[in-house]
Amino acid sequence: MKKSVFIGALTAAGLMAGAAAAGTLDDVKERGKLNCGVTTGLVGFAAPDANGEWKGFDVAVCRAVAAAVLGDASAVEFVPTTGKTRFTALASGEIDMLSRVTTWTFSRDVDLKFDFAGVAYYDGQGFMVPKDLGVSSAKELDGATVCVQTGTTTELNLADFFRANNISYEPVPVETNAEGQQQYVAGACDVYTTDASGLAATRAAFENPGDHVILPEIISKEPLGPLVRHGDNDWGDVVRWTLNALITAEELGVTSANVGEMASGTQNPEVARLLGTEGELGAMLGLDADWAKRAIETQGNYSEIFATNIGEETPIGLARGLNAQWTDGGLLYSPPFR
Amino acid sequence: MTTLTDPPGSTFRLSMLLNDTRYRSTTLQVIAFILLMSAIFYLYSNLATNLREAGLNISFAFLGTPAGYDINQTLIEYTSQSSNLRAAFVGILNTLLVAFLACIMATIFGVIAGVLRLSKNWLVRKLMAVYVEIFRNIPVLIWILIIYALMTIASPSPRAFRGDDATASMILDGAAITNRGVYVPGPFFTRGIGGEDGSVINWLLVIAVLIGSFVVTRMVTARANATQEATGVRPNTLWTNLAIWFVPIIVLLFILGLAWDIPELKGFNFSGGLKVGAPLIALWFALSIYTGAFIAENVRAGIQAVSKGQTEAAAALGLRPGRVMSLVVLPQALRVIVPPLISQYLNITKNSSLAILVGYADITATLGGITLNQTGRAIECVLLLMAFYLAASLIISAVMNVYNNSMKLKER
Repeated sequence: MKKSVFIGALTAAGLMAGAAAAGTLDDVKERGKLNCGVTTGLVGFAAPDANGEWKGFDVAVCRAVAAAVLGDASAVEFVPTTGKTRFTALASGEIDMLSRVTTWTFSRDVDLKFDFAGVAYYDGQGFMVPKDLGVSSAKELDGATVCVQTGTTTELNLADFFRANNISYEPVPVETNAEGQQQYVAGACDVYTTDASGLAATRAAFENPGDHVILPEIISKEPLGPLVRHGDNDWGDVVRWTLNALITAEELGVTSANVGEMASGTQNPEVARLLGTEGELGAMLGLDADWAKRAIETQGNYSEIFATNIGEETPIGLARGLNAQWTDGGLLYSPPFR
Repeated sequence: MTTLTDPPGSTFRLSMLLNDTRYRSTTLQVIAFILLMSAIFYLYSNLATNLREAGLNISFAFLGTPAGYDINQTLIEYTSQSSNLRAAFVGILNTLLVAFLACIMATIFGVIAGVLRLSKNWLVRKLMAVYVEIFRNIPVLIWILIIYALMTIASPSPRAFRGDDATASMILDGAAITNRGVYVPGPFFTRGIGGEDGSVINWLLVIAVLIGSFVVTRMVTARANATQEATGVRPNTLWTNLAIWFVPIIVLLFILGLAWDIPELKGFNFSGGLKVGAPLIALWFALSIYTGAFIAENVRAGIQAVSKGQTEAAAALGLRPGRVMSLVVLPQALRVIVPPLISQYLNITKNSSLAILVGYADITATLGGITLNQTGRAIECVLLLMAFYLAASLIISAVMNVYNNSMKLKER
């Protein structure tokens, strides 16, 4: 009996590692479809809309990569992953890239053997409490029951924050954002903690968003971005530079509306290189010349993606803040297209 | 002239390995063994190669590093700075706790429902049939979720106990039922050995005294049996046994200075007293009531396996129905009930791994969940998890088999 159990585990592990071979770019082209890991549902970042179509900030990054590589922004198979399953899914080759509000940390990059393709959203961990609790600072949360998604950096930051401030709490581990939301609404926990953007998205989905406040403390740095398997550098470059193309497009004033016009008659050499009318940047990536143009055409530049999914006009209502271009005092800074 | 030829000598030919029944089974077993071993070797080398190519290795060093996360129910001392190994032990204890509680509760539910299914009362019989069919035919995962959801929605949050216009109040000013768990007064010792930290020794002392009382009462009963065999008159042991149970423990508790820590509302939650968390209650209850339905069927089968003549003979001797059941039918039925009961206990232990659904920190949630995620050591964690569940199941089987052997028909 012991033996048979062992074999089962080894088979599973063997299959898992077997699939994770190099050459993702070719695999994706051959398959004609990009397998992209997203959340199980976080409005604004990745959630199916009323028609069952995936929408959101993370989704747009997936679609941009699909548009650049395959020429079709809809050729994406969205694989919902939880905080627990996401890394196994990526490491095993079930998904080609993970675009799932995932924090770039040292151990994930180095020890778990992933490569982060850049930062798509600069976030930080916050706390949400019902207004009638009368709490105005996270330091007043001594003894509170806190809902936290398990398997996330949030869980570790939470432990660190309460230990550093020498106050106690009781964790209620939840698997998904939806479950956390449900527990919080049912009053099974006093506080819900996750990335501030996630809190805003969750609060927007409440019946009376005004009854809940997000506390001013941001207790961590959470640079969120897409990631790929370590060691497949060609594929990593494609994802990295697609993201950079979206950021650069905003910086250079290229939008989904004017991208066609800019491509045909621009005086700006960097725009020409970005959109493939000049130079061989696409070929260097193993793609055609129009790769970035297609990504921008279908998804819009960074500011358009931000505004339609999570910006101030949407129910989620996030300000650009740290996520403004470096020219506007934010942190977004794409290396040059040259 | 007759020619007598010797029977052919026992020369061994290779074809005999397959054709000769004396060798055939051995041959097949050797072939099967070689195939199995090469399959294992192939899988293992495949795993090793792939891991090496991915730049990963198998290492258990992560068990010694600080876990970094907190756990909501810890039976042993634990902080976020404790090691991953300690977090795993916290999980193991939580698993064993809920499995133990659920096994006992499921047995109680199962025996009651199983006996009542054979009741002469139509309504009782049908009610029990409905219980068995409903709980047996809906997945335990759904029962866990339903019971937990009902608990969190139906019971008040600690906030409802606050203020002058509180909508909820404590039962007898000592216990509170909230959607985060049930708070009851917790016992502690004011004159305990070793002060505040020595409480474990005190509890061990209490347990030792209880075990002592148990042994002594068994001896008293044995002596009463012997007297009855010899003289035909059974001495009354009730008061002696009650005294043996209660006097020593009361004296001990008095010496140690037993007192009760009443829970009170402080800040966000109740503090003090003993907290039985909502996840534990939901999981415990769901596992018990689900498995109880299976055990009920085992019990019914066991009872029906006892020949009707036994019941009739017992009734003819003048035993009342209740005593017929407890003295004649159940002891014989146990021989049929115990073997399937073992697998139900194993099921409870394994099903307790659904704990993470309701945020209960069992071994699957700590070692197989959070530790696995935070360290990324999936293969190591899963191997350890399998080893734990295998060991736990084998131990339960072994213990129950000992019990089964003591119950089964002694053939002389």
